[in-house]
Amino acid sequence: DKTRKGMTDKIDAILRSYGKIDEELFDDLEEILVTADVGINTTMEIIDRLKNRVKEEKISEPDKVRELLKEEIKKIMEESEGDNKLKIGSSPTVILMVGVNGVGKTTTIGKLSYNFKKQGKKVIIAAGDTFRAAAIEQLEEWSNRSGADFVKHSEGADPAAVIFDGIQAAKARKADVLICDTAGRLHNKKNLMNELSKIFRVVNSEFPEAEKEVLLVLDATTGQNAISQAKVFKEVCDITGVVLTKLDGTAKGGVVIALQSELGLPVKLVGIGEKIDDLQEFNVEDFVEAIFD
Amino acid sequence: MVFESLSEKLQNALGKLRSKGKLTEKDVDTALREVRLALLEADVNFRVVKDFVKRVKERAIGSEVMESLTPGQQVIKIVNEELTILMGERESKLNIASTPPTIILMCGLQGAGKTTTAGKLANNLLKQNKRPLLVACDIYRPAAIKQLEVVGERVGVPVFTMGDRNNPVDIAKAAIEYGKKNNNDIIIIDTAGRLHIDDDLMEELENIYSAVNPHEVLLVVDAMTGQDAVNVAETFNDRLEITGVILTKLDGDARGGAALSIRSVTKKPIKFVGMGEKLDQLEPFHPDRMASRILGMGDVLSLIEKA
Ligand SMILES: Nc1nc2c(ncn2[C@@H]2O[C@H](COP(=O)(O)OP(=O)(O)OP(=O)(O)O)[C@@H](O)[C@H]2O)c(=O)[nH]1
Ligand SMILES: Nc1nc2c(ncn2[C@@H]2O[C@H](COP(=O)(O)OP(=O)(O)OP(=O)(O)O)[C@@H](O)[C@H]2O)c(=O)[nH]1
Ligand SMILES: [Mg+2]
Ligand SMILES: [Mg+2]
Repeated sequence: DKTRKGMTDKIDAILRSYGKIDEELFDDLEEILVTADVGINTTMEIIDRLKNRVKEEKISEPDKVRELLKEEIKKIMEESEGDNKLKIGSSPTVILMVGVNGVGKTTTIGKLSYNFKKQGKKVIIAAGDTFRAAAIEQLEEWSNRSGADFVKHSEGADPAAVIFDGIQAAKARKADVLICDTAGRLHNKKNLMNELSKIFRVVNSEFPEAEKEVLLVLDATTGQNAISQAKVFKEVCDITGVVLTKLDGTAKGGVVIALQSELGLPVKLVGIGEKIDDLQEFNVEDFVEAIFD
Repeated sequence: MVFESLSEKLQNALGKLRSKGKLTEKDVDTALREVRLALLEADVNFRVVKDFVKRVKERAIGSEVMESLTPGQQVIKIVNEELTILMGERESKLNIASTPPTIILMCGLQGAGKTTTAGKLANNLLKQNKRPLLVACDIYRPAAIKQLEVVGERVGVPVFTMGDRNNPVDIAKAAIEYGKKNNNDIIIIDTAGRLHIDDDLMEELENIYSAVNPHEVLLVVDAMTGQDAVNVAETFNDRLEITGVILTKLDGDARGGAALSIRSVTKKPIKFVGMGEKLDQLEPFHPDRMASRILGMGDVLSLIEKA
């Protein structure tokens, strides 16, 4: 699309306009990264590494720098041990969706559930957001679309009790996957984070035999606040991975570089639209390419 | 947090320098380097930061250091003043039509907080003895209509819907007729979240706009938005001519640099801020508070204000 192309043109133009590699070239590369929400600290780290390589390998052609930069980003992301694949091989699996308000938790559950159903798995969805207006109805529609079973209580009920029931249903019906929705919550709200920690404890104590994925859903439009979100959610409930949504927009979601490299939180899935099949596995190559496209 | 220490960094960088009459270029550069980093960390757009830092630099070099301040604080004082100016007037008023009904169109990206904010506005207006009507024009998102109905019920404001089988443009038109008949003096139209690059949905929004001729077109923006805020705001403003912005989720700990980015590309006022999920958590916008929030320097600023 237009914006993406604009970026490619821009970086090509930048690289062409340099007869040699100098500070100004690095400044422009810095702009590209910061504009992709990589964050100034991570950006400076990446640019420093790039400078070192350019020096060590005695590189003098500006147009080689772009490939090197991509390599450095990939490297920094791959330094963490996390696995970018969802752990769903073994059954049963519990997936807990958490995150701040409006990022795409409920929608991602619909998409994921559809994927599992297509693979012939038995899926149960638990409506753990009992707070937001019509959150239960929204999730119920997604469970209808994907053909998953649905466990709910009424609005205002204790979310931990809903999850408890979801677990009992998953056991009784021998489900392969139980996916739990939770209400959106800002990480600086103590009481809401305590509520989440209670849900997390219920999952651990009631379903010890299950494989667990706790996915932090992150809106690609989000800037540096994502780091603070990830840190706090990680403390409260042992995040195992990140879902990066809304990558179909013009935002690049560059902040996940820091999440993966500094906090060891691997991105596992990306959302690329509002439809049921708009979910993909995360691919570092594609992600890094897109920063420069 | 990085930001909490901006004042410390500046103290370290400049504190040792004696206040020596006028700010030199070197003082200013050292201070502005830290300021630039703080603004970028706060998600202010790269370009906006660049222009801003340039402007501050021009103004700061040669300006007199007040006795009560260090050179670093003096730069911050100038930065804060410029930020506050850029942020605009304190604005919490809606354009009310001289002949009712006043029509308000809500728009923005997915999940920004349009539906919730529509409910908050209705609640606000109800308390000012207005007779608002909420209109459900999001026919796409699962349970979007139901959500608005629940919100309407919570605040005690009627909700006009025609289900999800009608075109949003027709729904909007019918809602205006309905509102006129029922003596509603404010009509608030909730629309589906959409990407600024989604041509079909942006065209739909333009069509709603021309069909109802709104007095207010409010762009709802999440305070956590990063660098992309400028692209979003610019495109919505180009296609619709927005009249104002509402910044949501400011009850979080985001610095909210998006506010500055959006202001500087659209020049449109930030009319309200969302401070929570509850329907009474809508507040007037305070440019000065926003400025110090973005800088993350409440402490230094209160010190400077006393000076
Ligand atoms: N363009 C786009 N929109 C998305 C994507 N994922 C979700 N959305 C939209 O984002 C909005 C919010 O999605 P939800 O699934 O309700 O988000 P949530 O995190 O459950 O929200 P709360 O429960 O209110 O905290 C909806 O309009 C979705 O259709 C995506 O990958 N791309
Ligand atoms: N903490 C907090 N949450 C908010 C605020 N405003 C909205 N929300 C929450 O953000 C989420 C999304 O709000 P909605 O009103 O559904 O957003 P929307 O823009 O209508 O979303 P779509 O219609 O899907 O595009 C919900 O969980 C709201 O409760 C706010 O000011 N503070
Ligand atoms: Mg939800
Ligand atoms: Mg909505």
